[in-house]
Amino acid sequence: MALPLRSQPRARPSAPLPIVILAGAGAAFFIIPLIGLLLRTPWTSAWNELGSPEVLTALRLSLLASFSATAIALVLGVPLAWTFARLTFPGRSVLRALTVLPMVLPPVVGGVALLLAFGRRGLLGGWLATTFGIHLPFTTAGAILAETFVAMPFLVITVEAGLRSMDTRFEDAARTLGASRWTVLWRVTLPLVRPSLIAGAVLCWARALGEFGATITFAGNFPGRTQTMPLAVYLALETNPDAAIVLSLVLLAVSLAVLIGLRDRWLGAS
Amino acid sequence: MRARVVGALGLTVMAALCSSCGTSAPAGSPALSGTITVFAASSLNEGYTAIGKEFQKSHPGTMVTFAFGGSSMLVSQIQQGAIGDVYASADQPNMQKLIDARLTAESPIVFARNNLEIVVGKGNPKHITSLSDLGRSGLVVVLCAPAVPCGRYAAQALQKAGVSVRPASQEADVKAVLSKVALGEADAGIVYITDVKAAGTAVDGVAIPAAVNVVAEYPIVILKDSQNRALASAFISYVLTDGRRILERYGFTTP
Repeated sequence: MALPLRSQPRARPSAPLPIVILAGAGAAFFIIPLIGLLLRTPWTSAWNELGSPEVLTALRLSLLASFSATAIALVLGVPLAWTFARLTFPGRSVLRALTVLPMVLPPVVGGVALLLAFGRRGLLGGWLATTFGIHLPFTTAGAILAETFVAMPFLVITVEAGLRSMDTRFEDAARTLGASRWTVLWRVTLPLVRPSLIAGAVLCWARALGEFGATITFAGNFPGRTQTMPLAVYLALETNPDAAIVLSLVLLAVSLAVLIGLRDRWLGAS
Repeated sequence: MRARVVGALGLTVMAALCSSCGTSAPAGSPALSGTITVFAASSLNEGYTAIGKEFQKSHPGTMVTFAFGGSSMLVSQIQQGAIGDVYASADQPNMQKLIDARLTAESPIVFARNNLEIVVGKGNPKHITSLSDLGRSGLVVVLCAPAVPCGRYAAQALQKAGVSVRPASQEADVKAVLSKVALGEADAGIVYITDVKAAGTAVDGVAIPAAVNVVAEYPIVILKDSQNRALASAFISYVLTDGRRILERYGFTTP
């Protein structure tokens, strides 16, 4: 029985030692900070910290803001992804690059740009305030806007990839059977890209949950209004390090759950 | 080519090793050398940068590098093992945290004082004249977070004046308050006099009367783990003598 295996010596190559050492160091680089966090966690008081009003307020606001940002991203991002995947028009690649720019842009820069657009003296901010009485900076709506700005690109590129890789013949068949474009989109296209929609929405939500730079720059920091969990972690580090560690642990657990949940769909692991 | 690169690398390594040579210099030796790192509160940024330049000019062969940040953030960095020689705080409680952690080499000395001022948009468009104006409804006021010295001082001043303010945001440091006002997002904030001065023409300041103002004391100390105490102590002496003149130029009062 061993013979057929031996006839394929390349199936399990043995790694050169330097590669093993460097790969081990690379893995340790990611694992050691997590161990550090776990070792310093005040497990006995963790539950009390988690139940403290400040932590609960930040947690509640973070959930509200991240789910709202994901909802907005779905409403605006799916049509955008469809446009990029299905239509060809001049300037499409430039437009696409601009909409995914927040993925590589430092979030603080995004926050400054949002201020210059939606702030009181911003491009649209003054008009929004005088016409509709909408004020975005220093409000929960502003925190949601900042999170949407940073997180939506993750949904757009994931859904776009799904749309590109799907078999368009199903859409063609539905059209020849008399379905309207709208019906095809709702009954054929979106159900077919459901895995990408779910993966995109979860990634978008996780990014929104972790958003820090754009939020503190654009929306400021006020408990219950704009102080989301990452902001609370940053400020708690100075006064109540235990609370900061517990909050970090909650964010870590959520991120890990998202990655494990998505490992087949998005990360390409078999 | 390769030999030259290796040679240059060797020199760099030797220079790096030698930056701690100053330790072995006998105390009181007139020839100071080497490098020190000074952790200093954000509000000292402009003043200390100027002092550093002057100090290096009068002590050739020495180098002073600065790490500016919120006083409390700097304390946690030092507690986590950040290597440096001098710490200059914007308040006493943060200095006390360092003393309690046994990370100081001697007793701290107060080298400067700062006062609070109301910062408003250029030309004071909302006609703010006193702390009690900050309680007006419809006004967007931004303060420092209570964890940061400027936030605690602002709360003390507002309490003395008997004003209750509902801030739109509690910013992480004093410079963030300043920029929110400079950008026009906030109508007013409470910052240090020195910050208003450093911001130049972007904003205006409204004085707070001494009766309700708060005096922020700035203590300085040599850190226990300093590798170059001779230079660190020379720098502190400079701050306490020639440095006063420079700090006063930036709006500080000196003892």
